[in-house]
Amino acid sequence: MNPRRIFAVFARQWFLLKSNPTRLTSILVWIFIDIIQWGFISKYLGTFGKANFSFITVILGAIILLGFMGRIQQGLMMAFLEDVWSQNFINFFASPLAIREYLAGLALSSMVTSLFGFTAMTVVAGAAFGYNVFKIGILLLPFMFILIVFGVAVGIFVSGVIFRFGTSAEWLAWPIPMVLSIFSGAYYPLSTLPDGLRIIALLLPPAYVFESLRGILSVGGYTPEIGHNMAAGTALAFAYLFAMYLLFQKIYRDNLESGGMVKFNAEGI
Amino acid sequence: MPDRVVLKVSALSKRYRTVNAVDGVSFGMESGEIIGILGPNGAGKTTTINMILGLIKPTSGSVEVFGKNLSTDREEISKTTNFSAVYSHLPPNLTVRQNLYVFGLLYDVKSLEKKINSLLGEFDLEKYSGTKTGLLSSGELSRLNLAKAVINEPRLLLLDEPTASLDPSVAQTIRELITRYVARTGAAVLWASHNMKEITTVCKKVFFLSKGKILLSGDPRRLPAEHGKQDLEELFISMAREPLTFER
Repeated sequence: MNPRRIFAVFARQWFLLKSNPTRLTSILVWIFIDIIQWGFISKYLGTFGKANFSFITVILGAIILLGFMGRIQQGLMMAFLEDVWSQNFINFFASPLAIREYLAGLALSSMVTSLFGFTAMTVVAGAAFGYNVFKIGILLLPFMFILIVFGVAVGIFVSGVIFRFGTSAEWLAWPIPMVLSIFSGAYYPLSTLPDGLRIIALLLPPAYVFESLRGILSVGGYTPEIGHNMAAGTALAFAYLFAMYLLFQKIYRDNLESGGMVKFNAEGI
Repeated sequence: MPDRVVLKVSALSKRYRTVNAVDGVSFGMESGEIIGILGPNGAGKTTTINMILGLIKPTSGSVEVFGKNLSTDREEISKTTNFSAVYSHLPPNLTVRQNLYVFGLLYDVKSLEKKINSLLGEFDLEKYSGTKTGLLSSGELSRLNLAKAVINEPRLLLLDEPTASLDPSVAQTIRELITRYVARTGAAVLWASHNMKEITTVCKKVFFLSKGKILLSGDPRRLPAEHGKQDLEELFISMAREPLTFER
């Protein structure tokens, strides 16, 4: 892995962002809408019953972390699409750039914009609804780490599908965060799901994050189960990342074989 | 001399289902050589170049650059090669300087800022340094593509119609920049073109490709007479229309 080549892929995205601030504005608009909408829903839910936790903390916390993961995935895909739209693959892949470096550069670009989005979300949630992200404590870091690794894996998967089938497959990227949210346990405990769906949820790293998040905020402290969840979530996230990397490599090799690499453009495949 | 051998292409073939895009092409190149590839559209020129760049996997045959095999040492080989092609686009939404910066990093160019400034001067792009690439004219774009193509001082430069769609004056400038580069660095250049005059002027050797095969090769100044033709253009037309009469 050559860090300068990874930085080159990042710099290409950074220059785009720098020259066109509307790219960041679009992120901020969606963040603002998400937080305001879910903030009021959480506030309303808080008026019912006698829950032993704050809806604002649990639901807004879940929304922020789920949004963060979705942005990692979509950020990586959007960075990949920039290369598709500018028909830049020939220049990139005729250079010494290796696939692992290319993907690392895309992931880095996506992490920077997503961390920006995460900061904006916590600031808006704090200002509008008194949400305090630090209530989660130090476990916020492993939570975010698992979501970053899994978000990158899903982003690579979607980019790989586009690389294989062309931009007509781009639609696939948009509902994925919604589908994952069903199984993530972000809005409800996994015990709410029927057995079959719960098994699927347990195969996905976000479920371990959000179960733990709810555990911390409702019990008010750490339990041994949280440690187990972190280990399982981390192992699963890396397994997905490795599998998606292998898948992307395979698609790249197939494109070299079929000539798809040089013909690749918006309408080419 | 073995250390002068830059490129060795052996029995290179690419088959797409029922079509032989390239069929058993073999040739070699030495330092300082500029070799032209001529052939009608679909003859296999671009596919050959893309296989040498590692962008298309050959069905059979091999490519060696400085004795290293492309199938096992692509990353190492691509540090010493580069290309400019009429169909390849640099990101249009980056400025000229930003594009050179990104590709300089990709090719791990040392003292990058200094190198970029020198290329901007050499290729007369200084005043467009902050201009978005998508706003450049064809001539400016060709000069930028070429600046990117030599940013890593490649020992093997692959050019696919570098002067296509340029006016004669700009095309002449591009040819001068390339020949100057070769004189300075001793690089080998493989040059695909449809411009017979250009090939005659610049290349010492030329290959005629048709239906994926090399039908003729030799000195572009002598080949026409050897085949009873007046000039390279007449030879090209004759070969494109009746390739069978040239098959060995």
